[in-house]
Amino acid sequence: MKPKAICGKLADKLGVVLDFKEETGDPWASIPADRWQQACRIARDEPELSLNFLRSLCGVDRPDDGVIEIVAHLFSYKHRHAFVMHTQTDRAAPRLESVSRVWPAAIWHERETFDLFGVDFPGNPDLRRILLPDDWVGHPLLKDYEEQESYRGIPTTRPGYEKKPFGPRLKKAKPAPKKEEQ
Amino acid sequence: MNPIIERGPEGSFAVGPIDGLLNLARKHSLWYLLFGTACCAIELMQTGGPRTDADRFGMVFRSTPRQADVLVLAGTITYKMASRIRLLYDQMAEPKYVIAMGSCANTGGLFQSSYAVVKGGDLFVPVDVYIPGCPPRPESLCEGLMLIQQKMEREPWLKKAWGKYKSDKQDPMPTQGREPLR
Repeated sequence: MKPKAICGKLADKLGVVLDFKEETGDPWASIPADRWQQACRIARDEPELSLNFLRSLCGVDRPDDGVIEIVAHLFSYKHRHAFVMHTQTDRAAPRLESVSRVWPAAIWHERETFDLFGVDFPGNPDLRRILLPDDWVGHPLLKDYEEQESYRGIPTTRPGYEKKPFGPRLKKAKPAPKKEEQ
Repeated sequence: MNPIIERGPEGSFAVGPIDGLLNLARKHSLWYLLFGTACCAIELMQTGGPRTDADRFGMVFRSTPRQADVLVLAGTITYKMASRIRLLYDQMAEPKYVIAMGSCANTGGLFQSSYAVVKGGDLFVPVDVYIPGCPPRPESLCEGLMLIQQKMEREPWLKKAWGKYKSDKQDPMPTQGREPLR
């Protein structure tokens, strides 16, 4: 099934009009946040879609739009087709229904998204940090993240070394690329 | 002072101060902890393998920190792992030595701008020998272990055992003391 047809089928079942983008490498559909779990369930259970494998689920921080995007890459072993679903959640209080009941693999992916972006997934049975220690402060993949000076007495910068530009990574005005004079 | 080893017609014998004789025995049973955090652990295994064969110097791996003399920091160390390594180090009996193996254990290496990686093993355990390389070859690690042997030779072991010898090892985490991190 072509991505366009998958999106159409999904929109039919959900009863909403979905925003579909094909220009990027993986064609994707944007799902309203309140229909996220329902859409995932349809994607898995609908025999023509049968997207039974969650390849990845991750977040994208977009401070300019004030949202955090959640992206799910899906694959169907039955029909050998793939699909990408996006949804958005408010950046100030990121919160999205868990899809761990749909794909159990989502438990770890949601834990990672919680760890790095601070997104709350109500319904996830085990929402703890996964890559960083439990008492870590902040969520490192947010663009306005500032690393703490030390963690339990371990400095986060090597003494004598310059601090790597890890802190605020909000958009900076880039100098215009110089045209080579010939 | 190192003992003098002579070969006589009736058999070999060693003459020297008791410190030297004890160190001679000590340095030839340098047991390392079978522990690795990343790809350097593969080279650590190779060092115990037949080609480099650290066993010919009396270096064998032990699977418990209670029986180990040397902790080889083999691989990238994350903050989550750092507390575990500190716990292993605290469980080892004195005298104990630490080898930082590879770029990651020295300075954080390739991953030093990551949010999750400790910028050097010496930030939370006292390190005796640093081995450069990514990863170091088994020959390098073997040389590192032999440097520990040389260090053992110079130690006034009896004085140290009776508590009159002040260790030259500086604990870089004085606020942590001997408290294990958890």
